[in-house]
Amino acid sequence: MFKKFLWLEFKSFFRSASFGKSLGLKILMAFLALYFSVMFLSLGVGMFPLFKELYPERDPLKVVNSFMLAYFVFELIFRFLLQTLPVMDIKPLMVLPVKRSKVVNFVLVKSLFSFYNLLPLLLFIPFGLYCIIVEDYDSGSMLGWMIGVYASILCINYLNFIIKKRFTENLKALIPLVVIALVFVLLDYLGIFDITHYFGELFNYLVANPLMALIPVALLVLLYLWNFQNLKGKFYLDAGLKAKSKEVNIREYGWTKRFGSIAPFLQQDIKLIWRNKRPKATIYMSLLLLGYGLLFYPNDTYQGMPAFFVFVGIFITGIFMINFGQFVPSWDSSYYPMIMAQNIPMRQYLASKLGLITFSVVVLFILSTPYVYFGWEILLLNFACALYNMGVNAPLLLFAGSFNKKAIDLDKSPFMNYQGTGASQWLVGLPLLLIPIFFFWIINKFVNYEVAVGFLAILGVLGLILRPGLLNYLALRYRKRKYVMIQGFKQKGD
Amino acid sequence: MITATNLSKVYNGNKVLDIEHLEIPSGQNFGLVGNNGAGKTTFFSLLLDLIQPTSGNIFNNEITVSESEDWKPFTSSFIDESFLIGYLTPEEYFYFIGELRNRNKADIDAFLTQFEDLFNGEIIGRKKYLRDLSKGNQKKVGIVAALIGDPEVVILDEPFANLDPTTQFRLKKLLKDLSQTTGTTVLISSHDLIHVTEVCERIVVLDKGVIVRDIETSEATLNELEEYFSAEIAES
Repeated sequence: MFKKFLWLEFKSFFRSASFGKSLGLKILMAFLALYFSVMFLSLGVGMFPLFKELYPERDPLKVVNSFMLAYFVFELIFRFLLQTLPVMDIKPLMVLPVKRSKVVNFVLVKSLFSFYNLLPLLLFIPFGLYCIIVEDYDSGSMLGWMIGVYASILCINYLNFIIKKRFTENLKALIPLVVIALVFVLLDYLGIFDITHYFGELFNYLVANPLMALIPVALLVLLYLWNFQNLKGKFYLDAGLKAKSKEVNIREYGWTKRFGSIAPFLQQDIKLIWRNKRPKATIYMSLLLLGYGLLFYPNDTYQGMPAFFVFVGIFITGIFMINFGQFVPSWDSSYYPMIMAQNIPMRQYLASKLGLITFSVVVLFILSTPYVYFGWEILLLNFACALYNMGVNAPLLLFAGSFNKKAIDLDKSPFMNYQGTGASQWLVGLPLLLIPIFFFWIINKFVNYEVAVGFLAILGVLGLILRPGLLNYLALRYRKRKYVMIQGFKQKGD
Repeated sequence: MITATNLSKVYNGNKVLDIEHLEIPSGQNFGLVGNNGAGKTTFFSLLLDLIQPTSGNIFNNEITVSESEDWKPFTSSFIDESFLIGYLTPEEYFYFIGELRNRNKADIDAFLTQFEDLFNGEIIGRKKYLRDLSKGNQKKVGIVAALIGDPEVVILDEPFANLDPTTQFRLKKLLKDLSQTTGTTVLISSHDLIHVTEVCERIVVLDKGVIVRDIETSEATLNELEEYFSAEIAES
């Protein structure tokens, strides 16, 4: 039966709509995976000599043990953010004569073969072997240590699923736990209760008594069984089907009326952003990245390089533009045929998207005005960057958007979510940032700062003046690409 | 009102639609029947310019649909759920469509009162997003939205599927009245021969993309259709 499941998995992977289409993305992911593997492996081999040099008076193995808690916590957080329980499409299996427990076992065992579980192996096994072979530690104790550590890591694997199940729907319930964790960190930091030390002692004890490795293994089995129970209980359709009784809030956004013919679309887009997980995250992201300037403006390293501030200026006034604009029109993918068949001229549709982006740039610029604290020239530069974003970058993004043909599931979490990402998303980022930086750098170098700022502003204003013409051109392009888009948006899956 | 000439659509060397000439006069209640894969949805998608014809053209009120957008103001349609915006409430959706068709909120509210029976208290004022409604209720919303703004052409793909019996009767009456009182051209497709013969003045049967029957509906039509579709079974 497991063989059949594997066969299903294999098919779903190779037959998914986007397989082979996003080669660039695959290469990037493979590169990242390779990079991390090499990093972990070399750390695993080099850790012993490294710690010996850093802490000559202490046993490197004990040093490693004392970092264990920090490592586990970090791994748990990392996994919580990035790792998801590998799911199968169980619906078609439910009515077939397949034992529930088999499917659940398959899903759980499959999760063991995740990249997140491979990486620690590359770290701890070489370290353990190094201890045995080069440093002549007792092979029995080291074997126990390796088993114990790895079993603990697999415990984290399953613990993560349990935490995720309990808390993803209700992130607020996580707050008390985070507070408790912070208290421990604080106690540890102040030296009142040294939890990392005690935790490290546990592993020292494990080295002394290798049979104790059975404890984490037993814990692993328990966690597995707990997950098993959880999942098995969920193996009913109504777990996914149960009606959401939550009443929705209906806001009018009446102020959009002021924007005339694009008002209904603008209202639409605001609802789109406000009522769906993924676009909503772009708002938070934009506000968070407003603080980006704080990293650069006070830093002496960049004072001689005002071209760097162009990057910051474009970025902070345009972060929403970039995040939102690069997925136009994929945001509307689930009802794109309707947009195309309804009484909506393409030009107006695009004009409203541009309107929303322009509006966001204005808001972000206003929010960024406190940076005047670092000097008037910064404010001036940000103003020019905002103009440039509105006039040049926004239409450029929409142009790049005309290459989009991948659907976006609005309700999926945005973390490490590459749905809807294709080559155009990677390529468009560069000209958005590099072109203004290049112009600025050249003019600043050969003329002066003021002219360089003025030049960016003039480009932006020119773009704003030419906008009606640009819109006509964009509408033409989108109309040409319409059939490809409708076809592409129909295909779901990552 | 609608003319198709030399219209064909080919997917990977497979001809899924091949209509030499089809003319649907203004105000006609037009029904399209055929088995799965007969080309019904393909025809409607071509008519709405959602896919490109391999050859030929469709004219909607003398406008070539693949070349101009001018047919949109007087044409409305409901093909499938991809015509609904999942994160809106039904009211918001109606208002949105209304705005696209120059109807203000008051117009829409007045318009919706005639559908109170149809909605059966499950749609208006429930504070639910469209994505959380049942399939049948979603369909009701889509069909009603397609009637907003007095369109001259209404296109509905499988309007009877997924609806409860009472709603099916209501919808039949609604569609009949629509072309009789306002002269709207109504195009529907269906697998249900009884419904189509009751609603439509003219029925075209498609088979593998080709028109095999073109019937003015009369008393004998239902029999004729039933005979046609059961012929293969009778032979074997």
